[in-house]
Amino acid sequence: MKQLHVLLPLTLFGVVLAFLGIGLTLNPAEVPSPLIGKPAPAFALPRLDDPSKQLTRDELVGQPWVLNVWASWCGPCRTEHPLVIDIARRSGVAVFGLNYKDQPAAARAWLASLGDPYRATLVDADGGVGIDYGVYGVPETFLIDRRGVVRMKHVGPLTPEVVREKVEPLLAQLKAEV
Amino acid sequence: MLSIRPRGSLVAVLLSSMLLVAHAQTDGVATATAAPAAPAAFSNEAPRANSDPALEKRVMSVSAELRCLVCQNQTIADSNAELAVDLRNQVRDMLREGQDERQVLDYMTARYGDFVLYRPPLKSTTVLLWFGPALLLVGGVGTLWFILYRRSRLAPEAFDPDLEADLPDDELPAPAAPVSLKKNLHDAQQRSA
Repeated sequence: MKQLHVLLPLTLFGVVLAFLGIGLTLNPAEVPSPLIGKPAPAFALPRLDDPSKQLTRDELVGQPWVLNVWASWCGPCRTEHPLVIDIARRSGVAVFGLNYKDQPAAARAWLASLGDPYRATLVDADGGVGIDYGVYGVPETFLIDRRGVVRMKHVGPLTPEVVREKVEPLLAQLKAEV
Repeated sequence: MLSIRPRGSLVAVLLSSMLLVAHAQTDGVATATAAPAAPAAFSNEAPRANSDPALEKRVMSVSAELRCLVCQNQTIADSNAELAVDLRNQVRDMLREGQDERQVLDYMTARYGDFVLYRPPLKSTTVLLWFGPALLLVGGVGTLWFILYRRSRLAPEAFDPDLEADLPDDELPAPAAPVSLKKNLHDAQQRSA
């Protein structure tokens, strides 16, 4: 009985500690996307380089692609941009940009000064497609397989670790899938 | 704050430092995700002047069920973050088209997950969330009852104060403070004399 008096509080303390440990190390800003494993939402959007031409989701299906949501007003987009350039060059997978609630002139100037890794950039002027993709913070990056299914979503700027440990292995896998 | 006893303030310090840690961790992405002032042309909420109050009331009541993902601890009814304004407009459009509340909530859940719902659905992953507090209450009351029950069955002698002879040497009560204080005072006086 004496032992219980010592062990019980200790055990309870351990349980509380475990919960706190899990709770405090989770990132509350990272919301799991319900889109993972589901078909990428459809869109038909004008291209940034030529607004008279439209690009639809169905035109992109058939091979794996990356959708990178960015805007010229978004500071962290500037930070991650070299990594996006790197992914586009090294992986050989097509990277498409989704220019979210931006002004086309500012967006074009941004790409001209920082480099344009995108196969094409889509203009989402009112953010409607952003809502369909569950975008709540820019930048966001989606990896989509050749059947058009969303396989991964990253919220916030890409980091070298995320690219090395998650993006590149998954892209290699998506390329190998038939 | 100043009148808090030392032990209370220690707990307060511990709690607030935990909060700080939690807050610091959200900060990194929060700065990345907060949309700065975007072109004014896009940020306008649909004009309210000519909208009907009944619709507006429904928009606000549905919006109050939805979490703003940029600010996280506000509903999209409370928040003026740009995404919240966009989502309110979306809610308004859907209600105007004649969709009901359930359809709007489903639409948002399909895009942002259960996290947008301020009242999470009851499913296998949320059982602990829903019934955890009740479980804790039952456990606490049960423990209390068990202790009181055991105590009520003890013989009256168990409640007598411990005799000094019962205690091991190192648990003997310390001499009463006033005596030793007086003695110290007495010694000091003798020394200074």
